[in-house]
Amino acid sequence: MAHVWLPFWPKNAALSASLIDLIDIGEFCLVLLILSFVFGMMLVFCLKYRRGSGAARHLPNPKSWHWEIGWTAATLVAFLVLFVIGAKAYLFLYKPPAHYQLELYVVGKQWMWKIQHPGGQREIDAVHIPVNRVIKVILASQDVIHSFYVPAFRLKHDVVPGQFETFWFEADRTGSYPLECSEFCGVEHAHMIGTVTVMSDSGYARWLADQGATESLAQQGFGLFRRYGCSGCHDPASTVHAPLLDGLFGSVVHLADGRSMVADERYIRDCILLPATQRVAGYPPVMPSFQGQLSEEDLVRILAYIKSLSARHSP
Amino acid sequence: MSAVDIGMAGAVPRSYLGEEYTLASWLFTRDHKRIAILFFVSITVFFFIGGFAAALIRLQLLNPAGTLFQPEVYNRLFTMHGIVMVWFFLIPSIPATLGNFLLPLQIGARDLAFPRLNLFSWSLFTFSGLWAIYFIFIGGNDTGWTFYEPYSSNFANGHVIVAAVAVFINGFSTIATALNFVVSTHRLRAPGMTWFRLPLFVWAIYATSIVMLLATPVLAMTLALVAIERFWGVGIFNPVLGGDPILFQHMFWFYSHPAVYIMILPAMGVVSELVTCFARCPIFGYKGMCYALISIAIIGFFVWGHHMFTAGISLTSAVFFSLMSFIVAVPSAIKVFNWTATLHNSRISFDAPMLYALGFVGLFTIGGLTGLILATLSADIHLQDTYFVIAHFHFIMVGGTVSAYFGGLHYWWPKITGKRYPEMWARYAAILTFVGFNFTFLPQFILGYLGMPRRYYTYAPDLQTWNVLSSAGASILAVAYALPLIYLGWSLFHGKRAGPNPWGATGLEWRTSSPPPKQNFPRTPVVTELPYRYDPRDGSYTTQDGVHFAEPTLGEASV
Repeated sequence: MAHVWLPFWPKNAALSASLIDLIDIGEFCLVLLILSFVFGMMLVFCLKYRRGSGAARHLPNPKSWHWEIGWTAATLVAFLVLFVIGAKAYLFLYKPPAHYQLELYVVGKQWMWKIQHPGGQREIDAVHIPVNRVIKVILASQDVIHSFYVPAFRLKHDVVPGQFETFWFEADRTGSYPLECSEFCGVEHAHMIGTVTVMSDSGYARWLADQGATESLAQQGFGLFRRYGCSGCHDPASTVHAPLLDGLFGSVVHLADGRSMVADERYIRDCILLPATQRVAGYPPVMPSFQGQLSEEDLVRILAYIKSLSARHSP
Repeated sequence: MSAVDIGMAGAVPRSYLGEEYTLASWLFTRDHKRIAILFFVSITVFFFIGGFAAALIRLQLLNPAGTLFQPEVYNRLFTMHGIVMVWFFLIPSIPATLGNFLLPLQIGARDLAFPRLNLFSWSLFTFSGLWAIYFIFIGGNDTGWTFYEPYSSNFANGHVIVAAVAVFINGFSTIATALNFVVSTHRLRAPGMTWFRLPLFVWAIYATSIVMLLATPVLAMTLALVAIERFWGVGIFNPVLGGDPILFQHMFWFYSHPAVYIMILPAMGVVSELVTCFARCPIFGYKGMCYALISIAIIGFFVWGHHMFTAGISLTSAVFFSLMSFIVAVPSAIKVFNWTATLHNSRISFDAPMLYALGFVGLFTIGGLTGLILATLSADIHLQDTYFVIAHFHFIMVGGTVSAYFGGLHYWWPKITGKRYPEMWARYAAILTFVGFNFTFLPQFILGYLGMPRRYYTYAPDLQTWNVLSSAGASILAVAYALPLIYLGWSLFHGKRAGPNPWGATGLEWRTSSPPPKQNFPRTPVVTELPYRYDPRDGSYTTQDGVHFAEPTLGEASV
């Protein structure tokens, strides 16, 4: 709301923005308070104790420790309070969501944002999302580090090559808002910008239908799954001893080196690109690496397919 | 003040400046004071190169369309600005010039422990500086001063390895100087100069040297790994080769965050000297100030992750680094409170060094408090990599360190050169620095909160007002930084002669002639007093070797 009456306040279009603004405004007030205290004291002392003034001075005595202990303790307590508030909000905002209504795949490359929707719709430098929905974003980079930044949501997350990053947001106001890259990524870094359009449910449904997508992301992934020969081993009918992928996503996997981990986006990515690093217990190391063969967008498609295998099986 | 007062019988010995006049006597000198001058000349050149790049950056951003320079040129400008200012000006600034000149004088020594190593450090610095100038002349590169991977290994334009070599060599110069300071502080203190009688400037340089010794090797390793990856294709940071780009950030910030303390701790030392001298009052909480310096140096090693809150590090480590970042702010806050409390019950004269020092306290406080906002995890999600961060660290590094550097330069100028500078001009420059600085960087906090990312050569038109304000402020700042070059240079030839102790200060450096003789002291001083024994009732003072003096008449300084 602050942007209405302050010329230097950005637009607010999300739950996260309201939360972060609230904490920031509190902090700004505290900062101004401390600043006026320090500047005020300096000003008063400078005037009162200037060389020419007749203020009474006493013999400098070794000054009290009480003051020092007092303000050290006070600042420590104040700082810890700020720390706790900020950390709690961060954990809420940055923890991958357990429940979400929509997934969005974002691939950053020099110097554009490529967006893939689960229904197979694709767009460049534009993101269309419905209002009041928890949206999980899976970020991947094809080249260097980028950062997906929507000032109106007060949110950013770096997009790091070699891994999937996930975060979420929930827009609560329809409209168009700038999307920026905030990690320097080369010559046209400043032009790696786009628009996030927050739409009503009906508007969003109309927009999806107008895109003319024929295959969902998972269906596109299935095509790649066959083309790259994945199904040759991972199909239930296959004679090769390879893990079945039905119900894999979200389950706990036991690795040959004794570790156990949840099969999330990152795990599946590493299995495809760096299979030697996390062999599943009980299977021979026959999985070849697909490093350098799959583009990030194709990887996203295959990921969507593997995830769909779990959706079908979960109750 | 008679010659006997300053421990000299008979004729005043020739000053270090008048010993010899040949070029070789300068380039191959082992006198810490001459080496300090050599460093001063070198870094002044780099200060104006880096400043010139900053001016061009602000010119470009006057117009949202960003049409003055092509993006290729703009990206190289901010990279050059960062590399030059961080490694070739800020890190050596106070330690290599004022530290080199004053540390032996303040502890009552004839020179540093290793005079040849000291000269070697300057030679290395000059060698790396020539690399840096070569780097600029062949066109620079566009990685930013942070060299982030995998951009710098596979995607960057320009000469990444040339820049890395310059910075790599530069690091060894830093290490050599730091080693020299640590050993000198331990071994060469005059009789009676116990640890808790050391001036705070010595404490600050000592703490800084420890950080330099421990952190700088990691930078060298990081740059070496970048080179290995680039030349031999070994996968270390590049994901295509199986490396991890986040590892680079961990290693880089493990050096580069402590590097911020390398820049600010010496500034805190300088300001402690200035505030207490011009307030004619002992520093409030001397021991607390020492402990605060050491705490910052130690805790400063555990906060590097706060540069990576949005980079996808684990949430647990982000929480840890945020906590440590808040904790490191406590000793900084103590220092601000102690400086302010020193002004209580004092007798302040507002000479130029004091104006710079007061400006430092103000700007450092703003920089520190906005640092708290950035340490707050939730706020950082929004503000990371925006102009808010730019404004914050310029308040610390430029508003803080550069103000203190100029303050210290004015304060010790009579000691270094034997000449008084024109006081009124210096006061104008100090005030102009404070005004121009705020004018330049306060609007950038707003730009950052509005969501303008850093390193953009073009931006949304509705942000133009704040950018124009910032550029206008930068032009004031440019005048404020160029002025001292003119009048200090003038004072070399036309300044009044300075006595041994024009400010009436208590440190040992003021107990020898100005400029000091080559051997610093005719005979080794014996320390009997705490530092900063000023009496605010009449401005009198007792020097560290136990001689009581009345308040000096400051001559033109008090006009």
